[in-house]
Amino acid sequence: MSGLGTWAARRLLLGGAQTVAVVLLVFALTEALPGDAAVALAGDQPDPARIAAIREAMDLDRPAHERLGDWASGLLHADFGTSLASGRPVTSYISGAFGPTLLLASLTVVLLVPLGVGLGVLAARFEGRFVDRLVSAVTLGVYAVPEFAFGVLLVTVFALRLDWLPPTAVGYGTDLLAHPAALVLPVLVLLSRPVCSLSRLVRAGMIDALASPYVAQAMRYGIPGARVRHAHALPNAVAPAAQQLARTVDWLLCGVIVVEALFVIPGLGTVLMNAVAERDVPVVQGLAVVFGVVTVVLNLGADLVAHRFAPRAEVAA
Amino acid sequence: MQDHPGLRRRGFLTAASGIGALALVGCGDSDDSGSGGSGQGGDSGDGKPRRGGRLRAAFAGGGASETLDPHLANLFADVARAKALFDKLADYGDDLSAQPRLASGWEPNAGLDRWKVTLRKADFHSGKPVTAEDVLFSYRRIADPEKAFRAKASLEPIDLKASRAVDERTVEFVLKRPTAEFPNVLAAFGAYIVPDGSSAADFDKKPVGSGPFRFVSFAPGRSAVFRRNDDHWDGAPHLDEVEFVVANEESARVNALLGGQVEYAHELNPTTARAHEGKGQIEIVRLRNSAMQAFAMKTDRAPFDDKRVREAFFLIADRQELVDGALSGAGVVGNDLFGKGYEYYADGLPQREQDLDRARSLLKKAGAGKLKVTLDTSAVAAGFTEAASIFRDQAARAGVTVDVKMGSKDSYWADILDSGTLCCYRSGAMPIESHISQRLLTGSTTNATKWQHKDFDALYQQAQSTKDEKERAAVFGRMQRRLYAEGGFLVWGFADWIIGTAKGVKGVDRKAPANTLDWARFDKVWLA
Repeated sequence: MSGLGTWAARRLLLGGAQTVAVVLLVFALTEALPGDAAVALAGDQPDPARIAAIREAMDLDRPAHERLGDWASGLLHADFGTSLASGRPVTSYISGAFGPTLLLASLTVVLLVPLGVGLGVLAARFEGRFVDRLVSAVTLGVYAVPEFAFGVLLVTVFALRLDWLPPTAVGYGTDLLAHPAALVLPVLVLLSRPVCSLSRLVRAGMIDALASPYVAQAMRYGIPGARVRHAHALPNAVAPAAQQLARTVDWLLCGVIVVEALFVIPGLGTVLMNAVAERDVPVVQGLAVVFGVVTVVLNLGADLVAHRFAPRAEVAA
Repeated sequence: MQDHPGLRRRGFLTAASGIGALALVGCGDSDDSGSGGSGQGGDSGDGKPRRGGRLRAAFAGGGASETLDPHLANLFADVARAKALFDKLADYGDDLSAQPRLASGWEPNAGLDRWKVTLRKADFHSGKPVTAEDVLFSYRRIADPEKAFRAKASLEPIDLKASRAVDERTVEFVLKRPTAEFPNVLAAFGAYIVPDGSSAADFDKKPVGSGPFRFVSFAPGRSAVFRRNDDHWDGAPHLDEVEFVVANEESARVNALLGGQVEYAHELNPTTARAHEGKGQIEIVRLRNSAMQAFAMKTDRAPFDDKRVREAFFLIADRQELVDGALSGAGVVGNDLFGKGYEYYADGLPQREQDLDRARSLLKKAGAGKLKVTLDTSAVAAGFTEAASIFRDQAARAGVTVDVKMGSKDSYWADILDSGTLCCYRSGAMPIESHISQRLLTGSTTNATKWQHKDFDALYQQAQSTKDEKERAAVFGRMQRRLYAEGGFLVWGFADWIIGTAKGVKGVDRKAPANTLDWARFDKVWLA
């Protein structure tokens, strides 16, 4: 286990370095964007004196490295700084918006795993037959539809035509659990693509595993087919799927931007969009740190899972 | 959906703000006290107002950085909320003339540089009366040199050190120079009256104003709930409550309206409006003359330093084609002047039409036969990129090569201010006087056409020191005739502002351009 320990520690260290790199990159890129928060705030009233005043009020007149230094040292005390646009602490932005995004992401993952794995196993079990062809056709088809279009389609049919579900979550604020009906369509949109990719992956892994010599050997020993499939073949198919799942969760945090905009859910994606538009650098940076850490932790977890299920796969650090 | 709606809106609004900045000299007349005021929105066919209910209104917003500080109001959503909670001394009527609100009247001295403003009897939500000290406190807060509040430039003509409270309900404003159109300053965007001693922290927690609604709750970027103020001086609102919700995506606002989740959706696309107009499901309200659409030519540099070239460009534009193409038909053609339908608008001038032959001969005379110009545009506002490509094709027919250059939408307005020669431009509603003072004087801070003429400045000063309204209108008319003949703004259209409401919503004003008193005014709305 100590081997696994050093391996995990090395991964963590690397993850930390990756997060720092992300933060620096984001800072450099936001600096490189044309215009700053003062210009964005001034809009089409770009009175030079007013822009200068805003810039001074926001401390934007100080050199970039000083601002980066201040911000980074604050970060060590879990102080993400204050928003340029409102003067409120960035932590309040993140904590306020984290709930809805987390809720959407976890609901999606909770449904995604059984659905994706189940469909994949099903397709693999009936490889080349009608069920497989049906599952493959539907998953490939849905995968090809952009989320935004899929969302608009779902809203038009299920909310506006049939009147079964609310078209948006407008006015519900962060308390989405009190209005579960409003979550159905967003989660469906979020599920649509990952379910497809995951089930394709599980299907492929299962087919490979079922064709492998060790499964043939297990069959020769007379072990029942269901047990062979689930205890012997599935873990090998799950290893790559776990890593895909981690990537999916990253993607969920981003894909959520589209869904949040479409269904008016005040989550991290909405905050990020507004912050970029306003050149609210501290908020963008704070979110970059959060996304960076989440990505690193999830991938670490996925690699651990893969390591555990299929140690022979030699997961690289 | 490529564009970021937040920004587009911000850009537009900002245009409309800062009204009255730099109002110079003036003169003016005193009349006006109790006139007009409160437009009761709606058309007469709405029946008798019914009391009660909660109206939910969806606006595009600014997300988590929104605030209820009325002096920071930046976006349409901010203004609508500020308007519900607070009052200004005056506000703009449908023709952009100043209408008294908290001020019951105003009276200048003979030199038009001292104005006595009387306050009506009105109370803050705390029960305390609105006094002259509150007015001075609010204006001093806005003018704080350490801060960059939006209305600061508008209040510039006031010498706040010398101004004083004569008594509880009379303020004497001392101005730095004669200003006939001083009431425009009182109506300036963001010049709300807050109680003496208010601090920034108060506004987010429990804002106290004198407006028609009282504060109930607020979550930035999500929702704000306000309740009826039964003691409002202009009469209690019909609604029990109004809730402002934020939905940046136009499709989300429309869906929420169609699905019955909101009763009022602000800022819809022309295509959405066409799809639902007259279908009976929702009502479409078009507020005419809400946004000027123009191309701005820099008059201080080649080729536009030659007024024959400018006139040729005026004649190249097929305005109807631009309105149909770039605004999806939701608007009316312009006549190279700002402020169609507003007070002082020179509406007697002949409508300019496309005349390519004359344009070609003017260009030839100016020695610009094979002219090539770069047209700056950006996705910063709806219709900008479309307008640019339509105009490129129109210009080609007159032998002018227009090279369309896309700029960044986040810094567009600052980028085009001093650089380039020709660009897409637009502006929200503001008095014609403010448009002139902000954009067409030598010292104007946002003079995108570089229109700098001493004699034109002098005319503006003359208007601001003319007390007689007729004479003043004549001076504004002269200035506009000059702009029509050789100005730098090719104003090709005025866009509608489109609002959707549920069937039962009554009393929504159909004439007020966006940003005026009766626009987004929920105290006069009721649910049938």
